[in-house]
Amino acid sequence: MSISIRDVEHVANLARLELTEEEKAKYTEQLGAILAYAQKLNELDTEDVPQTSHVLPISNVMRDDVPRPSTPIEKVMLNAPDEEDGQFRVPAVLE
Amino acid sequence: MSVLDLRLRELQDRLAGGELTVTDLVEASLARIRETEPVVQAFITIDEEGARARASELDRQLREGGERGLLFGLPAGIKDNIVTEGLLTTCASRFLSNYIPIYNATVMDKLREAQSVTIGKLNMDEFAMGGSNENSAFKVTRNPWDPERVPGGSSGGSAAAVASRQVYFALGSDTGGSIRQPAAYCGVVGLKPTYGRVSRYGLVAFASSLDQIGPITKNVEDAVYVLQAIAGHDPMDSTSADVEVPDYTAALTGDVKGLRIGVAKEYLGAGIDPKVKETVLATLKVFESLGATWEEVSLPHTEYAVAAYYLLASSEASSNLARFDGVRYGVRAENPANLIDLYRKSRSQGFGAEVKRRIMLGTFALSTGYYDAYYLKAQKVRTLIRRDFDQAFEKFDVIIGPTTPTTAFRIGEKIDDPLTMYLNDICTIPVNLAGLPAISVPCGLADGLPVGLQIIGRAFDEITVLRAAYAYEQATEHHKLRPAAVGGAQA
Repeated sequence: MSISIRDVEHVANLARLELTEEEKAKYTEQLGAILAYAQKLNELDTEDVPQTSHVLPISNVMRDDVPRPSTPIEKVMLNAPDEEDGQFRVPAVLE
Repeated sequence: MSVLDLRLRELQDRLAGGELTVTDLVEASLARIRETEPVVQAFITIDEEGARARASELDRQLREGGERGLLFGLPAGIKDNIVTEGLLTTCASRFLSNYIPIYNATVMDKLREAQSVTIGKLNMDEFAMGGSNENSAFKVTRNPWDPERVPGGSSGGSAAAVASRQVYFALGSDTGGSIRQPAAYCGVVGLKPTYGRVSRYGLVAFASSLDQIGPITKNVEDAVYVLQAIAGHDPMDSTSADVEVPDYTAALTGDVKGLRIGVAKEYLGAGIDPKVKETVLATLKVFESLGATWEEVSLPHTEYAVAAYYLLASSEASSNLARFDGVRYGVRAENPANLIDLYRKSRSQGFGAEVKRRIMLGTFALSTGYYDAYYLKAQKVRTLIRRDFDQAFEKFDVIIGPTTPTTAFRIGEKIDDPLTMYLNDICTIPVNLAGLPAISVPCGLADGLPVGLQIIGRAFDEITVLRAAYAYEQATEHHKLRPAAVGGAQA
């Protein structure tokens, strides 16, 4: 499978990455090689094979809904790049 | 010989008898770090102050006759993707170069209970993506056996720190071989427990269905004690297994009479260095002499594991790493035009090349039009790989092979060729896809570099894996070899 620079630009946008022209060229080549290698999986007939998303036979792990203290806001804010009144500050979402 | 070379039980006896203090141990560790770190460069953060304070606290408890924890006083190094409250945790990424966690990973709480002493945080490939430590944003850790070579990865700092005797033991994490491969390259013991055996709470997630924390130690006995201390169900990790933790010291018998060993044919095929193969096959004579039996076994889907793994792990990573957006923690880019631009710039400036490559691959595999062909297909192949092991374990108690196809490669040798780098994980990746426990133990040298023997077991049967590893270790001297490059004479 070969992928184009346009594919790489599309995926970078989905992943919220800003790539330089040099990175775009490099990733186009490298991802192309990795995806070509991944074609190997098509040698296998997996029509009737169930998928494994997880190895443990568990699902919907529930706990009792018991109130307990949350982490204090001051502590949560300790790593905030920018904050105001106990809230994370970001550029305006709507112009 | 340093006090850090003493066996765990002897060390504990000396501490109990007052011949030795925790402060002695911690000072020995810090002195060794000062001596070897200019070459090895295993640490991102060294917490001298915290380690000394904790040592004094434990010494006081010792004088007052308090009970000693399982790992009492042992200097420990922690991979830098395990969060430590109040202590910088970077994942070897520029993005988290200022991140000081406000909570402890469950394994850190458990180590506190077991009373080890955290010396510092160890280097790794950024977000655990890589097999050489060359993907760290901060430094390239060197292999103590040959500083021109990689220590392996992603837990390269952990393996190098133990190999050069900077710490008594270390914790690493293993998603596709990241504990076992560096342990093999550095001539130490690395154990990846069964998926779900050890809580992942506070392990910065790379691929959540594959990640598992485990010990890196000088010998199998130490691995037994560290596993004992960190294993167990944790309500904070919904994927940790509610399975009773056995007494792992039951593995320390030296007895493998009647053990049925399967030798994985595909792990010894094309691409395996002939000297590595020869060294690993030589272990069979040892097992035979101990009364075990062996036969070749086929794991026919092995050749598909690397492709399936890189699609699945990268897909999970692209989702997990979406949280690094520059809003709540980490390094935020300056002067963004708007919110989306803030995400984009922060991520682009914060992540290194390999992390971006995997986010791109994973995002692609999950994107509209490609999901079925790549992600879903890989999940189905994962089932076939699990079935290979299920079948093999009907006939065998453990499966063995090399941990890695070659010994440690040179720094810079593979950095420009990601696919070749990925193919190097062929012997370790299938184990993560199947969620099984596996250990790497030193089994000799090839051209002066350590070779790792991998022993794989059934899910939650760490005891049999450890029993086989311990019996082998007791019958051989390989684990006593030490790297000469950083001042340790070869035993």
